Amino acid sequence: MTGPFDFALRLGDDALIAAQRLGEWTSRAPEMEEDIALANIALDQLGAARLLLTYAGELEGAGRDEDALAYLRDDREFRNCLLVELPNGDFAITMAKLFFLSAYQLPLYTALAGCADERLAAIGAKARKESAYHLDHSSLWVKRLGDGTEESHRRMQAAVDEVWPYTHELFTADPAAPVDPATLRADFDATVSAVLSEATLIRPAHGWTPGGGRDGVHTEHLSYLLAEMQVLHRAHPGAQW
Amino acid sequence: MRARRGLSHTHVGSLHAPDAELALRNARDLYTRRQEGVSIWVVPASAITASSPDEKDAFFDPAADKVYRHPTFYEVPDGVAHL
Repeated sequence: MTGPFDFALRLGDDALIAAQRLGEWTSRAPEMEEDIALANIALDQLGAARLLLTYAGELEGAGRDEDALAYLRDDREFRNCLLVELPNGDFAITMAKLFFLSAYQLPLYTALAGCADERLAAIGAKARKESAYHLDHSSLWVKRLGDGTEESHRRMQAAVDEVWPYTHELFTADPAAPVDPATLRADFDATVSAVLSEATLIRPAHGWTPGGGRDGVHTEHLSYLLAEMQVLHRAHPGAQW
Repeated sequence: MRARRGLSHTHVGSLHAPDAELALRNARDLYTRRQEGVSIWVVPASAITASSPDEKDAFFDPAADKVYRHPTFYEVPDGVAHL
């Protein structure tokens, strides 16, 4: 049973953790242009996270604002999918993660833009344009690396194989939610099939389906990420730039 | 980059990209972060033929003393606001 609070928290946590991971590329991307692109995308995700977590705090009605939700929860209280917390790995892993995430977020935010909750609809309408660009950017890289050199093809295929199992968690049915994730699967599958086939990559078979993120059961990677993200706020509560 | 409809494209910078499609996206990320434009063209550097600084005298100096090329030799009638 998912109320609007849990739903907004899940989406907000997905965006927040994705932003933090993408931000790790800043000053380390393969080229300056990509450095800026990844930072832009990270900031888009952070923007969506702020709107969603602020709204989640209001729905909860316990006085928690976006900062309290982002900085003062432990890993077991986070509701993000495992996909976004996985380490960046090489550039191919990062692109595979971003590709699968945006292929899910685009139909999600598009559906959200038409939902009955006005706040969620407004957030969806804003975020779907950004997601469309994230999908465009990551698709171009998946195609270029997949259909590039022998080495880039090998690494892109390895990345798709490694990340793929974590996509199943995104579509766990939840009919009570404002948008049932199960209804987004067809759109996601169509996008993924088209891009992978153009990239000369093979879509992995269904097999292992790790999950648990929505229940707060995360990989060991999340707590390290949170430690870095939260240390300043916890050491200096209320600190501002 | 064209800042808005009705203006012409002006040069805003150069960047690296493996091909035209990614060059367009890189330009979008680098140069439109603050709503600077509504249209972008990208051109490979190899497609640009430029004048050389060595040719400056022959190219540009001869125009310096030809005042008759400027439209300054007729009277503007009174009451013409937009000439």
